[in-house]
Amino acid sequence: MIEQVFNGLVSGAFFALLALGLAVIFGMLGVVNFAHGAFYMLGAFGAFIALDSFGLPFWAALVLVPPVLGLAGVALERTLIRRLASADPLYNFLLTFGLTLILQDAMKTRYGVQSQPYPLPIQGSVNLLLFEYPAYQVFVFGFSCLVCVFAWFLLARTRIGMIVRAATERPELTRAFGIDVGRWVAPVFGFGVALAALAGVLAAPMRAVNPLMGADLIITVFAVVVIGGLGSVLGSAAAGFLIGVVSALGNLYVPALSQTLVFILMAVVLLWRPAGLFGREETLA
Amino acid sequence: MIIRSLAGSRLGRLAIPLVAVLALALPWLVYPPIAMDIACWALLAVSVDLLLGYTGLLSFGHAAFWGGSAYVTGLVAINLQVPFPLAILAGTLAAAVLAVPIGYLSVRRTGIYFAMVTLAFAQMIYFVVNQWRSVTGGENGLQGVPRELMGVDLSDPFVFYYAGLPMVLLGFWLAWRIVRSPFGHVLVAIRDNPSRARALGYPVDRYKLLAFTLSAALAGLAGGLFVISHGFASLQEVYWTTSGKAVMIVVLGGIGTLWGSVVGAALVVQLEDYLATAGFQEIGIVTGTVFVLVVLVFRAGIWGTVANLLRAREARREGRAEAAGAPDRPEAPTPTSR
Repeated sequence: MIEQVFNGLVSGAFFALLALGLAVIFGMLGVVNFAHGAFYMLGAFGAFIALDSFGLPFWAALVLVPPVLGLAGVALERTLIRRLASADPLYNFLLTFGLTLILQDAMKTRYGVQSQPYPLPIQGSVNLLLFEYPAYQVFVFGFSCLVCVFAWFLLARTRIGMIVRAATERPELTRAFGIDVGRWVAPVFGFGVALAALAGVLAAPMRAVNPLMGADLIITVFAVVVIGGLGSVLGSAAAGFLIGVVSALGNLYVPALSQTLVFILMAVVLLWRPAGLFGREETLA
Repeated sequence: MIIRSLAGSRLGRLAIPLVAVLALALPWLVYPPIAMDIACWALLAVSVDLLLGYTGLLSFGHAAFWGGSAYVTGLVAINLQVPFPLAILAGTLAAAVLAVPIGYLSVRRTGIYFAMVTLAFAQMIYFVVNQWRSVTGGENGLQGVPRELMGVDLSDPFVFYYAGLPMVLLGFWLAWRIVRSPFGHVLVAIRDNPSRARALGYPVDRYKLLAFTLSAALAGLAGGLFVISHGFASLQEVYWTTSGKAVMIVVLGGIGTLWGSVVGAALVVQLEDYLATAGFQEIGIVTGTVFVLVVLVFRAGIWGTVANLLRAREARREGRAEAAGAPDRPEAPTPTSR
């Protein structure tokens, strides 16, 4: 059972990284990025292409791919997302939905729907006292935790983080203090996209790399952020790990529910705490 | 919420006979099975527009009701061999029943959260249909759904179009009645200012839930007819791309215009058919691009743009009449977006 908990923590790490990116973007822009799953998929393909075409190992991809896709995110914000900043945020949800269709099918034309192979960068297993566990999975969990802590540190303890948090909560007042809020929108969007790409690179050796890998995952992550509440950045990451563990345990005891459990959890949270576990009550729109 | 446009009454009056004639002529204009597809997708889009355009709720999960009804209709038709309208009625009721718990939970959130919650619930239905192989056939889908109607031969898609058309028109008529009714006006009030509607004593969540259920029933009607028309139900019916396509049609046609959904459905279904016959596999690149462009530069949609132009012309003419000393007439509502 403890092994199952650990499996849950590893799959929860992916939920957490994706939910974290969604929450950061939502906080700053008020936009839910549907294309988040597509960027996760592109991250995994980035790792695959780096190895396949340039012979770059996993570690190089881990360092290179997220910033590159992050820059693509910045460009996307500057060219398209920004145009809809004054419109209802739902339009950006629809815009990124359209982008998802384009990105998915563009990758399909090039690579088909078959999964691309990617070798494990760390072989062997680690002795975790009670059981042996694949070393790469241990690395994924540890690294994701580090990234979450790093993101928290960035937001809570640095000047940039302070500005972003202030701009999220009271954009007008922040502007009145002479801070150029608009300057930070694109970098924050890029940062969120880079987190999704990072999750994708981490997933490449573990999960099937194919154009559809992000589509189903992102909907599950939407359920995760409804459960956690997008208002709290750390809360959304915590919800990611929590749901990973609960689903893994559910899989152990009630295998028939393995895929639906997260949605049942969402239903329970909507009944009991509509704003989400870590969310604040939204103001009536 | 997104766009306020009670399609100009003049355009609306003109539309009814126009749409009726077009609906009757459609299988002469396009390949008959495509005509039925257009009718079904139009009805699904109208059901989404009922929520998005008139209640201010973006449902990204109508695949659950379209697809849920498709499977129930298919199962009833296969196992009971009843006339097809009865099978569709069963599917429609099933969709409405499914919508009650999903709607009850979803209306507790608004805005972007509502979209995510409905999308997530629809995905849950997808997983259930996928896993429940003994009943739904899993990835193979439901094969061999019959078209039974008291011994009448409906195998010709041209004939079947006219057999199914009354049900589609009934659906359109219901949507139109809902929008025009006092109930529909309360929905618009909730869309524009939920706090004020609540302050006036309307139980906002209950209104939303009823609208959600009615909308799901219309989506179910469309999905049931679609599965009878195609003769099989596949997982595609409950997949999130189906919900997305419905929303796409609404936005292209014009949010909050009802008739726009019909125009949008005709265009999208024709475009997809054209691409498929041309041997183009990755349809998403084209439809995605069209959708991105519509969202960026053409948010009023086709019908919304036409209605705005007509209204502007009317306003100009009235302006001249007023200058000539004619009595005042109440001003037409101008579309606003925020």
